[in-house]
Amino acid sequence: MVITDGFTSTEPSPSLEISRGARALRLVAGGSWIARQAAMIDPQLRAIDVRGMSEAQIDGSAIGELDSTGGWLLVRTKLTFEAAGLRVTLFQVPERYMALLALIEAEHVVPPIEVEERDTLKAFLERIGLATHNALIQAVGILSYVGRVTLEWLESIYHPRGNLRVTALVHQIEEVGINALPIVGLLIFLIGVVLAYLGITQLKRFGAEVLTVDILGAGLLREVGVLITAIVIAGRSGSAFTAQIGTMKVNEELDAMQTIGLNLVDVLILPRVVGLVIALPFLTLYADVMGLIGGATMCYFDLGMTIPAFMRELHQAVSVNTFVVGLIKAPVFAYVIGMVGCYEGMNVERNAGSVGKLTTRSVVESIFLVIVLDAGFAILFSFLGI
Amino acid sequence: MGGEAKETVIQLRGVVNRLGGRTIHDHVDLDVYRGEVLGVVGGSGAGKSVLLRSIVGLRRPQAGSIEVFGEDVLSLGEAALRLLQVRWGILFQDGALFSSQTVAENIQVPLREYTAMSQSLMNEIAAMKLSMVGLPEDTAHKHPSELSGGMRKRAGLARALALDPELVFLDEPTSGLDPISATQFDNLVRDLQKSLNLTVFMVTHDLDTLKATADRIAVLVNGRLTVGTIDSLRQDKDPWIQEYFSGPRGRAALSS
Repeated sequence: MVITDGFTSTEPSPSLEISRGARALRLVAGGSWIARQAAMIDPQLRAIDVRGMSEAQIDGSAIGELDSTGGWLLVRTKLTFEAAGLRVTLFQVPERYMALLALIEAEHVVPPIEVEERDTLKAFLERIGLATHNALIQAVGILSYVGRVTLEWLESIYHPRGNLRVTALVHQIEEVGINALPIVGLLIFLIGVVLAYLGITQLKRFGAEVLTVDILGAGLLREVGVLITAIVIAGRSGSAFTAQIGTMKVNEELDAMQTIGLNLVDVLILPRVVGLVIALPFLTLYADVMGLIGGATMCYFDLGMTIPAFMRELHQAVSVNTFVVGLIKAPVFAYVIGMVGCYEGMNVERNAGSVGKLTTRSVVESIFLVIVLDAGFAILFSFLGI
Repeated sequence: MGGEAKETVIQLRGVVNRLGGRTIHDHVDLDVYRGEVLGVVGGSGAGKSVLLRSIVGLRRPQAGSIEVFGEDVLSLGEAALRLLQVRWGILFQDGALFSSQTVAENIQVPLREYTAMSQSLMNEIAAMKLSMVGLPEDTAHKHPSELSGGMRKRAGLARALALDPELVFLDEPTSGLDPISATQFDNLVRDLQKSLNLTVFMVTHDLDTLKATADRIAVLVNGRLTVGTIDSLRQDKDPWIQEYFSGPRGRAALSS
């Protein structure tokens, strides 16, 4: 038996001779009929014209190397001949490949058709329709989920079953609140610096650079502080919720919890959502302070405004109302971020790709909802004249 | 194979693997010959899968040499390793199918990567491989998440066989399968091994599989390999090996 070594030999190419008699077709195959060379002979074999022929011979006895792909090419050719009404009088390969050929012949099947056209107008419209449909289904799904969980935990307030797990809750507060302090603090400090710089350069033209403090105070306390904090937390904790719950679902942990009799809302969702609702207002408070420190730093270096002077200006510029208006949004944002994160986690299917896909979706959705809600609040407050 | 001198396909010399301070392979030597089925057994955590991962280049041992088809796996460059990889196929424990692709696309990944076949020929080859491993045609369009564990293993085997490798690594091919599916899988491996003239390196726990398919068995105990046939290993003095082959399960599997 010849053992061809793929490294030393420069792979011998396959050969195919087709000779036509009056009514008989003769194929002589030789060389290497293997997967890597199959592309060289496949088109030739497909193009064989069998019209007017009644007999065919396939002689592969000169084949040096044959694998299942090559074997399939031979078997397919034979089957095509037979389907066209030809009588195959000779079908031969070297002795050592008979077992392989028998295996392929015993197993031959119609190939699956799977190449589909993707670039037609119809497919384009279909994709748009499908995406719209999915978006609607998704919106209804989130809404009904938020409703269900809200009912469930309102009920637990009216009829306490002791179902708020304190240890898990404290752990979540640490995870989403305390551990987020460095990143939130740094970001909002820098944003304070940027806002102050912007105010100073623009207001200098009117000689009103002192009003920078007003911009800082109102902007940070009312909008930017809570919004940036919520967006950072959506990216940091909302995604973590989805990934954690999703991975647990992939590992069948959720099923295990249910069979043990644990309530998934109690165990997984309430600690996370309540923890976030408690933590985000405090984070926002902290962010407001850090943002003002950033602004004060800029004012000190650019305007030479001392800290006491800054504080005096700030005191005149903002009221407690401004601060409360910003802070009151925090629990609402937290609720939405937590809910979306948990909802998408529950939606994960049992495959690895699904976790990543839904985590992305969870972040995009919660940031989207946070901004939409913020706009809603702005409209509401302007109606109320706050 | 007859009277020819046995050709060594895999050769391990003095392989040492340490994981977290624990030596799991202590100067392991092993030869795997062309055309044989070698079963590797050992307790949970004994390092069977680590051995497999070392041979296929997924893990670098701390010491020793590993040759596959006469090439030193540990010192090969990227391109040479690629050439070597074409000549072996691996079935991972749970199939390790690419979850974003259908079964047919999974099988076609190596074909697309290493050959210039037309799409229609690749479809035909995928269909042939599927029927070779005993999966129904409609499996081709399914995603891995829609398949049962046994079907995933078969599909994984079909992908491993896509390029007609000479050497196939099987990692726990029958774990998690019901006895009927496991027996069918054993027969499948044996049949394919004969008709495609494969060399098989198989990590397993399953005594029935060993009895049905393996020509030789390598037992991994305390970081050392003992190689032999079922009969010779039953005579071995090592307590673990004794327990393995002569315990209640061992006796039941081997006496049938």
